[in-house]
Amino acid sequence: MCTTCGCSGGEGSTVLHDLQSGESVPVVKVLDPAHGHHHHGHGHHHHHGDGHHHDHDHGHSHDHDHDHGHSHDHHHDHGPAELIELEQRVLSTNDRIAERNRAWLDAREVLALNLMSSPGSGKTTLLEATLRAWDGPCSVLEGDQETTRDAERIRATGVPVLQLTTGTGCHLEAEMIWQGLQRLRPAAGSVLFVENVGNLVCPALFDLGEAGRVVLFSVTEGEDKPEKYPHMFRGADLVLLTKVDLLPHLDFDVERSLEAVRSVNPDAPVLHVSARSGEGMEAWFQWIRSRAARQQETA
Amino acid sequence: MHELSITRNIVAIVAEKAAGRPVKKVHLDVGALAGIEISAISFCFPMVADGTALQGAELVVRTIEGRAHCSGCDKDIEVATLSAVCPCERRAPVAITAGEELLVRSMEV
Repeated sequence: MCTTCGCSGGEGSTVLHDLQSGESVPVVKVLDPAHGHHHHGHGHHHHHGDGHHHDHDHGHSHDHDHDHGHSHDHHHDHGPAELIELEQRVLSTNDRIAERNRAWLDAREVLALNLMSSPGSGKTTLLEATLRAWDGPCSVLEGDQETTRDAERIRATGVPVLQLTTGTGCHLEAEMIWQGLQRLRPAAGSVLFVENVGNLVCPALFDLGEAGRVVLFSVTEGEDKPEKYPHMFRGADLVLLTKVDLLPHLDFDVERSLEAVRSVNPDAPVLHVSARSGEGMEAWFQWIRSRAARQQETA
Repeated sequence: MHELSITRNIVAIVAEKAAGRPVKKVHLDVGALAGIEISAISFCFPMVADGTALQGAELVVRTIEGRAHCSGCDKDIEVATLSAVCPCERRAPVAITAGEELLVRSMEV
């Protein structure tokens, strides 16, 4: 561990897998991009005197020149111990990198959607069906603790994909997305689907710079999931009730589940979809198109 | 758990500001609705602090209670969960006004 900042540096366990080239590159977590550390496992990084940087094709260099001047220290003398006020948000570093991601994406009119759910609620299956039917350019960043299996499934649809394996990590962070973007280079005007690690708790806290948060909730789960995991559902811009083709075989109470969503997030639309039967997929595509149009208006 | 990654962020923020001085105490504000398990942060803190300027430092956590404004009765209320409803029973949306903080308030060196 880096003794100055406490960051996990080289021991960070997130790896970015490029199935196309067969390369696997460690994602270096930059807890404080301002203090200029260079914990690179390998590769090149150039700092020029005029503050200009350039990226190489293998894309795992990152800038260290963000502003961080928002917290200021007040010194008070209180006997032997000196109290220094910091008033700094704990996730300010992640949030700053997320804002950089957002600016990068907005500049290219790339619509980034962060897909989150518990494991097994059908994120990858929904993505496969979406990518096969979607007629515009798109790409995928896949997050899992281990294996490149999901990226292989996505690659079979012919869409550019990178796999991020987080090892012990339970969520994606903005820095991982930044490094993924530099390698994936999504096309201008495209849709970027980010499949977060299957987890209804931790990913809710980490802004990735996405334009929209999509939370999936399958009918094989309990109707009260949104009440049990309110942070995740509260932050959703869209809730997808998935696997609705199974409803005839289940006791799942749809009305009760919608009430549960509304109790934590009265504004989020809820769409009923089935990747298997195709039900509701057109409404989902319509939602994506409306978000893309909104991004173009504000860009 | 995300508390480990949050604890690393806390240590990083404080270590940078300490600029090499040993840190005695860290004061942290955590909202009751922030989705943070304080005991998990307290558990991770000594391990993450080990070998940094924060080694041996005491972590003092202040919990900020949840508060919200009810758009139905126009009053401020205390809330224990994100899905809380106002006792005015108008079932109007409530906007959380406090309790989502996650802030390194200060440090003692």
